Amino acid sequence: MPKTTSILMGGVGGQGIVLASKILAHVIQAHDFDLKISEIHGMAQRGGSVLTYIRFGEVVHSPLIEPGQADYVMASEKLEAWRWLPYLHSGGTMVCSTQEIKPVPVIMGLQKYPHNIEKAMQTMVAKGTLGKLYAINALAVARECGQPKAANVALIGVLAHCLQFPLASFEEALEAIVPARFLAANKKAFLAGYQYFTDI
Amino acid sequence: MKKLLSGNEAIARGAYEAGVHFAVAYPGTPSTEILEDVATYDEIDAQWSSNEKVALEVGIGAALAGSRVLVAMKHVGVNVATDPLMTFSYIGVNGGLVLVAADDPGMHSSQNEQDSRQYARFAKIPMLEPADSQEAKDFVQSALEISEEFDTPVMLKTSTRISHAQSLVSVRERADIAIRPYEKDMSKHVMMPAYARPRHVAVEERLEFLREYAEQTTLNRIEWRQKKIGVICAGICYQQVREALPDASVLKLGMCYPLPTKLLAEFAANVDQLYVVEELDPFMEEQIKVMGIEVQGKGLFPLTGEISPNLIAKKILGQPLTQSLAADMDSEAPVPARPPVLCPGCPHRSVFYTLHKQKMVVSGDIGCYTLGALQPLDAMDTCICMGASISTGLGFEKGNPALKGKVAAVIGDSTFFHSGMTGLADVVYNQGTTLTMVLDNRITAMTGHQHHPGTGSTLKGNPTVALDIGAICRALGVKRVREVDPYDLAALDAVIREEAAAPEPSVIIARRACALLDKSIKEVYVIDTERCISCGLCMKLGCPAIVKDNKTMSIDVSLCVGCGVCVQVCRSNAIVKAGDQDA
Repeated sequence: MPKTTSILMGGVGGQGIVLASKILAHVIQAHDFDLKISEIHGMAQRGGSVLTYIRFGEVVHSPLIEPGQADYVMASEKLEAWRWLPYLHSGGTMVCSTQEIKPVPVIMGLQKYPHNIEKAMQTMVAKGTLGKLYAINALAVARECGQPKAANVALIGVLAHCLQFPLASFEEALEAIVPARFLAANKKAFLAGYQYFTDI
Repeated sequence: MKKLLSGNEAIARGAYEAGVHFAVAYPGTPSTEILEDVATYDEIDAQWSSNEKVALEVGIGAALAGSRVLVAMKHVGVNVATDPLMTFSYIGVNGGLVLVAADDPGMHSSQNEQDSRQYARFAKIPMLEPADSQEAKDFVQSALEISEEFDTPVMLKTSTRISHAQSLVSVRERADIAIRPYEKDMSKHVMMPAYARPRHVAVEERLEFLREYAEQTTLNRIEWRQKKIGVICAGICYQQVREALPDASVLKLGMCYPLPTKLLAEFAANVDQLYVVEELDPFMEEQIKVMGIEVQGKGLFPLTGEISPNLIAKKILGQPLTQSLAADMDSEAPVPARPPVLCPGCPHRSVFYTLHKQKMVVSGDIGCYTLGALQPLDAMDTCICMGASISTGLGFEKGNPALKGKVAAVIGDSTFFHSGMTGLADVVYNQGTTLTMVLDNRITAMTGHQHHPGTGSTLKGNPTVALDIGAICRALGVKRVREVDPYDLAALDAVIREEAAAPEPSVIIARRACALLDKSIKEVYVIDTERCISCGLCMKLGCPAIVKDNKTMSIDVSLCVGCGVCVQVCRSNAIVKAGDQDA
């Protein structure tokens, strides 16, 4: 049986992880794969971590992704990248934004925001435990494209480049999902992400 | 093309396709989206009821009157609806009725993780358990057919991983189902002893017919693969078993109550090692063991939380499927958690800040405001179930005279309509002095902003009467009913002091719309670093917009909504409107 691909998306409530997963789902569905997406709602709206699992392949059974299973983690915030990193399998790919959003224990001064996350991930790449690391300041990229809320779409652009789907499928998905008045800026942000790394 | 639907959307679609005429619910995670989605179909009349008991009772009436009916609630909602459910089992239906119970193993957003399957056995009614969105949709149809064929309510059980997971679904057109004619039948519908005794006999007979049905139905199936390992499972556990043990034979039960004795015996006789994989209670395991079949279940698997493919592989094959990368992570410090928090500008914040400051014993309730228990607000002593705040608060002052005048019950507007009113009647009737605070943010906020009897709008978006909480409290006999704007800290502090000390029942309605719905633009605030003495008083509000870095405080203007509560806390006048900073 061909392998199931597992993608974990993590972020902070309000960052648009649900929209990002919709765009990817649209592309996967257009290519006739079986597909499962699992979200945890509930208290996420109140500034908590948001988590979405996306799995596709010929037949997908479990909607869960477990530690050590993900082929890709896409994190729209740096601490969330670090939080969900253990879910990658050895040699997996991390796509993340370097944006920092402090969680309440840090805001209250009870805990420190880890300052060495990028360096630690680069060390793991050097050791080979982390296959690839694609870190961009997605918020800055999206701002340059005229729509700061498109940061996740820029990240999807980076992830799209890693996946084996044609670019046109993503453009179709953006057209189908993003409201018309935001489409131009979102397309621009997507392409900026898609073209950010030349070594993919 | 197939549609990508969540389990909840699929249940709504199933109701549409099965010709459901009427649907009713009270919101609760992970069930809420079912009715929100049902409401988008013009052909179905759908409503939020004030609580789950009311929802089921309205549903019973609609089914007896002749409609096909869907009723939905979260697992703990079934507790509220149990009273009508137990006798509804005796009465049966006219048009079919399916009761959806959405469980939350792992307690992603619940106060407990009880196993709803026990209710099917308790009420002696069948229960179906879908394993993905396709089944969630199809099983609504099956449930209604069983309901009408066997004259019984049927439960459909989901869990968070079914309700909130999306998978591909083939859809059909809506069946044209006529509303059945209504016929008065006292011996079946009026449950007093003389009529109820023969109905109990009918219930027991019905259960025997359903046991026979369970043997034949395609809802239950054996998937033969290698016969070394055989697993009995239902719902999400089926998917986890298939993931972990792709070569194992599986008895997949789409109907998890009553169980098919012969099918189970046949399966057991043909596999070397037999397991039952189920979340929470050993519901199937105990019944299977009573049949005299040897099976391994809770000896291997926990009674708590969710069951994952890794856990199944570890317990049955001896090793997990995947290894966490955590061991390879070079980390200097633990990863800070990102707990949920009251939003910036949340009107509940100042209430809990004040209750904490006044050292009140706070009897809490279910909603966003349960977050008032967290640091630094730290202002909650109990949280039990919907509506418990007022009655438990009365119990505190009855149980310990030293607490009289020190007890405040906090309850949201939607929760007040759900089951707070009866508790308040009890406070008045039994001469309590409890202070009740209704945190009226004009919406059911926690579950995603659903309407309730106080909002003036129905689920379908039609304008309706907005019930007046203050008038209700006065009608219940409370003489001291006051309203306060929770953004006004001094007024809030004074009114809580006065009403807590009052030697009779009192109600304070702290009224302001949920900050997520308040679209009015207010000027944001910043901290004037020259005036700020780093005393940390503003940090006691626990506002996510106020950030502490080493010893200095600052306001994240991208989060601040300009509520101005922190301005009233600061003794150095250091928090100023962003536009006034340079003035």
